[in-house]
Amino acid sequence: MSAHAHDHVEDHHDDHGHHHKETFVTKYIFSQDHKMISKQYLITGLFMGIIGIAMSMLFRLQLAWPDKQFGIYEILLGKWGADGIMDPSVYLALVTIHGTIMVFFVLTAGLSGTFSNLLIPLQIGARDMASGFLNMISYWLFFLSSVIMVMSLFVEAGPASAGWTIYPPLSALPQAIPGSGAGMTLWLVSMAIFIASSLLGSLNYIVTVINLRTKGMSMTRLPLTIWAFFVTAIIGVVSFPVLLSAALLLIMDRSFGTSFFLSDIYVAGEVLHNQGGSPVLFEHLFWFLGHPEVYIVLLPALGITSEIIATNSRKPIFGYRAMVASILAIAFLSTIVWGHHMFISGMNPFLGSVFTFTTLLIAIPSAVKAFNYITTLWKGNLQLNPAMLFSIGLVSTFITGGLTGIILGDSALDINVHDTYFVVAHFHLVMGISALYGLFAGVYHWFPKMFEGRMLNKNLGYIHFWVTAIGAYGVFFPMHFIGMAGLPRRYYTNTAFPYFDDLANINVVITIFAFIAGAAQLVFLYNFISSMFFGKKGPKNPWKSNTLEWTAEVKHIHGNWDGPIPHVHRWAYDYSKLNKDESDYVVPGQDFVPQTVPLQDNEEEMNH
Amino acid sequence: MTAFLVVLVIILFGVAIWQMGKIFQLSKGKSDTTSQIANDKDNNLHGWLSLMFVLFVYALAFYSHWKWSNVFLPQSASEHGVDIDQLWLISMVLIFVVGIITQWLLFYFSFKYRGKKTQRATFYADNDKLEFIWTIIPVIVLAGLIIYGLFTWTDIMNFDEDEDTMVVELYAYQFDWRARYGGNDNVLGEANVRLIEGANTLGVDTSDPNAQDDIIVNELHLPVGKKVLFKMRSQDVLHSAYMPHFRAQMNCVPGMITQFAFTPTITTEEMRLDPEVIGKVQRINDIRRANSEKLVANGDEALEPYEFDYMLLCNKICGNNHYNMQMKIVVESEEEYNAWIKEQATLAEALKQ
Repeated sequence: MSAHAHDHVEDHHDDHGHHHKETFVTKYIFSQDHKMISKQYLITGLFMGIIGIAMSMLFRLQLAWPDKQFGIYEILLGKWGADGIMDPSVYLALVTIHGTIMVFFVLTAGLSGTFSNLLIPLQIGARDMASGFLNMISYWLFFLSSVIMVMSLFVEAGPASAGWTIYPPLSALPQAIPGSGAGMTLWLVSMAIFIASSLLGSLNYIVTVINLRTKGMSMTRLPLTIWAFFVTAIIGVVSFPVLLSAALLLIMDRSFGTSFFLSDIYVAGEVLHNQGGSPVLFEHLFWFLGHPEVYIVLLPALGITSEIIATNSRKPIFGYRAMVASILAIAFLSTIVWGHHMFISGMNPFLGSVFTFTTLLIAIPSAVKAFNYITTLWKGNLQLNPAMLFSIGLVSTFITGGLTGIILGDSALDINVHDTYFVVAHFHLVMGISALYGLFAGVYHWFPKMFEGRMLNKNLGYIHFWVTAIGAYGVFFPMHFIGMAGLPRRYYTNTAFPYFDDLANINVVITIFAFIAGAAQLVFLYNFISSMFFGKKGPKNPWKSNTLEWTAEVKHIHGNWDGPIPHVHRWAYDYSKLNKDESDYVVPGQDFVPQTVPLQDNEEEMNH
Repeated sequence: MTAFLVVLVIILFGVAIWQMGKIFQLSKGKSDTTSQIANDKDNNLHGWLSLMFVLFVYALAFYSHWKWSNVFLPQSASEHGVDIDQLWLISMVLIFVVGIITQWLLFYFSFKYRGKKTQRATFYADNDKLEFIWTIIPVIVLAGLIIYGLFTWTDIMNFDEDEDTMVVELYAYQFDWRARYGGNDNVLGEANVRLIEGANTLGVDTSDPNAQDDIIVNELHLPVGKKVLFKMRSQDVLHSAYMPHFRAQMNCVPGMITQFAFTPTITTEEMRLDPEVIGKVQRINDIRRANSEKLVANGDEALEPYEFDYMLLCNKICGNNHYNMQMKIVVESEEEYNAWIKEQATLAEALKQ
């Protein structure tokens, strides 16, 4: 059932499977169709996102009013919220699981999983992924890991609570924190399965992009979305196995008495036998994934943005080759900067110098990307659809968050703001909010492709964007200030230090903005669910886009195109291109030239 | 049972909305297919909102600085901290300039080029010169920052230890700190958690001659103007010794000894007279007084007034009481320090008791 890029027309017509009898189970549950799998990823990701964001609302409530009692704690947290007082251990559990869910389950699987699956076959002109079966396995492993992660919230001693970075020895010793018992075991099992899922997915994406491009779709004609997904998958394959090794070694330390990460520990009144291990080793292994992970989250969002900004500006993306080059440069650099998370971990200061150097280098391709986005807007004819607004918002938060990265990447400056709220503000803007905006932009833009022509309500989309945009800056801009005041992160309450008393009102402001932004997500949820069933059907190519997915059938069929696979004759960004004598667009009266249109007589060929 | 009923009501409610939506939809008939795509009216409105949004971001930045820049840490109380603050200021000015310009361009272009039916976008795909310019400018600026940063970093981390350097061990455990001084010989005795027994809570090797005059305290006193080398140990999990006023931080790692050195330059007494600190303490005490009134009205005890002190915090998640793992730091004149240390019991004396 796989599609072949090199042969075409005759054989495919009867080959693909829409005439197969599909049962409910093969169509909606164990589906091997990339479009259905993409929807499964999205809906699972959104479900996890609801949990993750709800957790952040709970701990923001605690941070703003630590001495007040809230009945909601008792309702949602049970014994850990007795009498409306949040228990310190559940506070740590909330921040831990919030981080884990948002980074891995929402922004890795929910973003990359959804859009890689949806767009790779559709935009390169393939009938499906290289292996539909592996693709299905990948989703179901992700589903299983989600179920285990949610289950871990209900174990008696509480879920994992050593921070999402699960540094040992804290994560290895149930004596040190209750969450490091069964909760941590489930966390590790869940993540191990998640990594397997991610690897299967990534390998599939790589193979598909390399082998199944349709005739004429050279690598330099790929839309930037595909470049981003392709490179993201490569980073994933390179770095996720290292996290798996860290998780396995930690499992060994926890359950089988080894000492990879443990040495010289006296806890709960007794000396442990472990000797010779090093927690710093774990930090190296963790961040060898952990930092590329930032780009695994961010690159797909940037790819989606590139596509949406070009389409809605009615202009080619500025500097296509520079954009591809910066994706590759970011991907390469992302694997050699992990040590900037460890400047003060006790590793050799010389290593700190090296990592400062490589880290600040990343600013160069990032700056190129930001400038290219801005130039793409310049002299455009901007169609300010919700997807476009989210993309512009992404560029904004990417710049703001990226700039503070120049401070944190500098080892000397990192000393005093390491692990303070300055860091929290930085990474939420640059990867959290930016990637979420990318996710939303993608959902608004490709919703018609996912749900057979139905479109999201634009007015609700506008409300969603503006309230979220104001809320996000309202939360994370003031957060830099409490970080610069020296406030450490992961403190259950700041009242133990009178020195921080004057930060209390800033925390209240942050929490209020967080609730406003959180409420805006309800608007999105309503819009998503109602549009899924009752959304207005739009035209086949609603955004007047050049890419191949809009030539595919609106109704989902297995194999995507009812007839032969389309051939590609040009890159994806011929928007507003004029004919030779500049009297009209290349295609008269139409400001876009789909990739399937051959080179016209009155057109100059350009070499991008 | 109530839970079941609640779930049932929610499900029925959902079904009702679903059915109503269906009826609503059927009654409407076929409508314009482009209704959910931005038209000129939308472009105009959201172009203007983009412009207002960038003004909102500027206003937020301005308001935050005007209102909250008084919460920042006061001037650095250590020698190297002055360099860090200088580098910080330069970096901050740089990122503010870049941020203000790029955000403006982004949202102003969103406003200026908002779509109109009559408008034609300019086909503009490449310009090698432009791209070269905005590659090379960040390269130059970052090269400057990297070099400056690396010099500062190397200066801080590669301290040379001479006879004058005072050696202090910071010992972290769930959820408190201890400081161990080398005593008269300024040499710390060997220690390992395996030797923890009874009153010897830091696991110091009592047979080591260097250990006999070691002094263990739970309040860190430092003489002003003298370089201190901190040797950090942890008993159980990762901790991080964070001394924000001295721009100093280093993780405490079980199984290894980490170190950080700095020279305190301002005594606690002097810092209390710093205008920024005076203002901050006053604001904190106003807040505490207001909170106390509420507490007293509820029959609770009032909060104590706050007086400025340097502090050591734990800044690496370490367990349930992570938020309250602190130690007071006192920087004082050499004489005051000598008088204080003389009163402390040495390890040999403490273990004898």
